[in-house]
Amino acid sequence: MSGRTLDISLTVNGERVRGHVEARRTLVDFLREDLALTGSHVGCEHGVCGACTVRVNGEIVRGCLMLAVQCDGATVETIEGLSDSGEVADLQAAFEQRNALQCGFCTPGMLTAAQDLLKRSKKVPSRDQIREHLSGNYCRCTGYHAIVDAVEAVAQARAKGK
Amino acid sequence: MKPSPFAYTRAKTVKEAVALLARHKDDARLLAGGQSLIATLNMRLSAPELLIDINGIRNLDGIARKGKYVEIGALARHAQVENSDVIAKHAPLLALAMPHIGHPAIRNRGTFGGSIAFADPAAELPACLLALGGEIDIAGPRGKRKVKADAFFKGLFETALRPQEMITAVRIPAADKSARVGFAELARRHGDYAIVGLAACARAEGKRLTDVRLAYFGVGNTPVRARKAETALAGGDIEAAVKTLELEPNDDVQATAEVKKHLAGVLLRRVAAQLMGTRT
Repeated sequence: MSGRTLDISLTVNGERVRGHVEARRTLVDFLREDLALTGSHVGCEHGVCGACTVRVNGEIVRGCLMLAVQCDGATVETIEGLSDSGEVADLQAAFEQRNALQCGFCTPGMLTAAQDLLKRSKKVPSRDQIREHLSGNYCRCTGYHAIVDAVEAVAQARAKGK
Repeated sequence: MKPSPFAYTRAKTVKEAVALLARHKDDARLLAGGQSLIATLNMRLSAPELLIDINGIRNLDGIARKGKYVEIGALARHAQVENSDVIAKHAPLLALAMPHIGHPAIRNRGTFGGSIAFADPAAELPACLLALGGEIDIAGPRGKRKVKADAFFKGLFETALRPQEMITAVRIPAADKSARVGFAELARRHGDYAIVGLAACARAEGKRLTDVRLAYFGVGNTPVRARKAETALAGGDIEAAVKTLELEPNDDVQATAEVKKHLAGVLLRRVAAQLMGTRT
């Protein structure tokens, strides 16, 4: 497998997809431009802002710092998938209730990163741990407090529900 | 921005990767975690003709205790090192440093070898390797060789790696009971490149410290040892150590040289307290 354009096949949000992509195509551009999954956002394009955060093989990554060709054979999940499956429904509701978004540009990445923390945590994470886990996701509207509140509330609710 | 066009290929073995590098010379770049490389491609600071993806090379991501050393494969991801029991037990300095490297999504992809090879002067791992007196395993067209950390970091993004070589593993001395380590950095946002940082290790003999090694990052073209401060700290005098600091940082987008020098002293006091086992 080599060349300037390559064939790839991967699973995106549970569906098999094929693509013929330029080697230079980043994963997030492939998702947005070729698959019309525009929930993952393109902000800084150098790994700083976190707006393009998606899951590859179960782990969160920067969609702008991975090439589409590197995802050949991989399982990719975007905010559309996490949303449709209901996996982040409680987080979405909490974000809305607490005004944890204003313009919404960072929200898909923020939810994906928050869900990653909640999924991995064996107990309710502290506010410091929430802040640290979300440190790679910029929000220019909220000042973060409402986001931390929302994530903390969901973590507590999930812990009670279990 | 988007990268300029390039071709992509995968190497399945170290030998294959090195052969591809030899064939394509300066036109090719190795793609490991890609967390710095793809950013520079996106910004067109770099425009290679070919990317050689080495992520599929097997057995290059191990983390294991080998006798008196801990060996970390070049492709070990930062998250893997962060969560490793071997690292927690035998490499406490790395255990302290790992959470400061980028953010969780970056640590899931970025590799140990990539960070060393890229040699960003404000990065954590090159300084840790220098503080620990580590050693780097290198494979090239003429076979394998080893380079000590003290001789590896040559200049701004410049290392002892020759154009057709790649890092295969890094080795550091395993910590024993007398080992003391310290780590601190100041960054505007957790996970960002440090304004100034300090990685340190030493040996405790009773209440005294010996073999003190202090490696600053973010204050020059490479990670830098503060040798006079090492001697002063071994003598037990923290304030004397701060006074002997002779760092020559440049102004950068984050801070002026004067601010960096001041912060270097602040960090030295914090790290000295960690080495001496007194909390700050």
